[in-house]
Amino acid sequence: MRRIAPLRRMLSAFAGLMMTSIGLGAAGALAQDLPVVPYRIESGGISAPLGGRQGDAGRGRKLVTDRRKGLCLLCHSGPFPEERFQGDLAPSLAGIASRLTAEKIRLRIVDSTAINPASLMPPYHRIEGLVEVGAAWRGKPILTAGEIEDVVAFLGTLRD
Amino acid sequence: MMFPERHSRNNIEPSSDFYLPAFFIAVLFAINLSPVPFMAVRAAEIPLAQRQSGFELMQAETQAMQRNDLSNPAMLWVREGEKLWDEKPGENGQSCVACHGVVTGMAGVAASYPTLDTASGRPIDLTGRIQQCRTDRQRASAWPRESRALLAMASLIGLQSRGMPIMPAPDPISKAGAARGKALFNQRVGQLNLSCAQCHDDNWGRKLGSATIPQGHPTGYPIYRLEWQGVGSLQRRLRNCLAGVRAEAFPFGADALIDLELFLMERAAGMTVETPAVRP
Ligand code: HEC
Ligand code: HEC
Ligand code: HEC
Repeated sequence: MRRIAPLRRMLSAFAGLMMTSIGLGAAGALAQDLPVVPYRIESGGISAPLGGRQGDAGRGRKLVTDRRKGLCLLCHSGPFPEERFQGDLAPSLAGIASRLTAEKIRLRIVDSTAINPASLMPPYHRIEGLVEVGAAWRGKPILTAGEIEDVVAFLGTLRD
Repeated sequence: MMFPERHSRNNIEPSSDFYLPAFFIAVLFAINLSPVPFMAVRAAEIPLAQRQSGFELMQAETQAMQRNDLSNPAMLWVREGEKLWDEKPGENGQSCVACHGVVTGMAGVAASYPTLDTASGRPIDLTGRIQQCRTDRQRASAWPRESRALLAMASLIGLQSRGMPIMPAPDPISKAGAARGKALFNQRVGQLNLSCAQCHDDNWGRKLGSATIPQGHPTGYPIYRLEWQGVGSLQRRLRNCLAGVRAEAFPFGADALIDLELFLMERAAGMTVETPAVRP
């Protein structure tokens, strides 16, 4: 781990440099090393993939159905015939990509309360403004930037 | 399990999930076909006419288990409590029965705890009161929180109020505690950023994974919980919910937990005590 870290850091610094040079400085250098990467909300969504990452839909599906990690099916249902006991606290995720753009889906997951302050949906990529967070979870978002992109990629495949 | 992480300061895990192991096969899918109105958080209090015990939302088999004392596993704890009521554990040879007489004299007591402890000027819960008698009046060693003996005694005393209405303590100090508890109940907490009210006021009756969200009333405690395979206190239940939203689960006996208990009793005023209840 330790030995590859400098390389990773160099690479991310390089990515940051690239972004600055093309005018996307918001993501910044070393964004991957921060628990929460910076993002910009525009017209009800987040257009730039978090940390400039490319999500993987396969990993995203695993996260969405994982009840310890993604937690989505505690509240949502969706097209997951193998999953018993799906929640009914939220709209079904079936066909979500036909209803919402990737930008809007991304913001929903990153911080649903940015759209509706009273939202029941946990803010998956926010650590500010939370109260009494358990020691094991403090300072960590529910999902990392990479995991958010995986989920966004997967939800993008759910069309009617 | 939704909340497998153990970060308790005590050895009782607050690890409960809101998602039961798959042994209730009866419900295969909880997909709601009718459009559910997804409203904003109202945190509106439950109208009196709609208030109901978690009992009402349970499967018929679990209800039957609670209804019949012969099938209610918590009655084993009650039987142990009966033995402890007569024991003389301390140097002074005092038993509960010696001072309090037959336990039926405790009728109505559990229905109005927590209450003001005049000696300390602070609210005290039923287990705290039992503990006080045990250490100060029996000169015996304290029973640890969530120990079998303490739960047995609390179940026995709770049973004496079964069928009686909940009467929250009326003194100003308990009322102030209930007010703090109410604020906590409505406060979003934890990494999941959810308040008790968002689940128990706004979404009761709906499915969180496999679990049906109850209104969250304290009417049955201590309870026999199928998932615990044992009897546990209201505080253990509250710590489960706190850990469920990945919040700091206050330690047993913490003021914040007693405040929450006080508020839950106020919120359930007039409802019927069911102790010892059975819950999934
Ligand atoms: C604690 C409950 C809860 C959890 C857990 C949860 N959501 Fe949600 N979600 C909601 C609710 C409620 C809404 C409806 C809008 C609102 O209240 O903000 C919603 C809305 C959404 C929407 C917009 C749906 C639409 O039709 O407009 C998407 C997309 C979404 N959630 C995805 C997810 C994903 C992906 C996960 C897991 C990573 C997840 N949610 C976890 C409660 C939850
Ligand atoms: C030496 C006498 C004595 C013994 C022994 C004793 N108690 Fe008590 N107990 C008292 C007194 C006196 C009070 C009233 C305290 C007060 O109101 O501040 C009391 C109060 C209580 C109360 C609260 C009653 C109420 O109306 O609020 C409970 C519950 C209780 N005792 C349980 C027990 C249990 C259980 C035992 C045995 C483990 C026990 N006591 C042993 C003297 C005793
Ligand atoms: C994410 C939703 C959620 C949140 C937030 C939540 N709970 Fe719960 N609570 C539940 C569920 C689900 C159950 C029932 C679990 C089961 O049946 O396995 C429950 C059970 C309870 C019960 C037991 C009710 C009974 O009938 O025995 C009480 C009391 C309770 N919760 C209080 C609270 C308090 C106080 C808070 C805030 C500190 C809280 N809950 C936060 C979902 C939640």
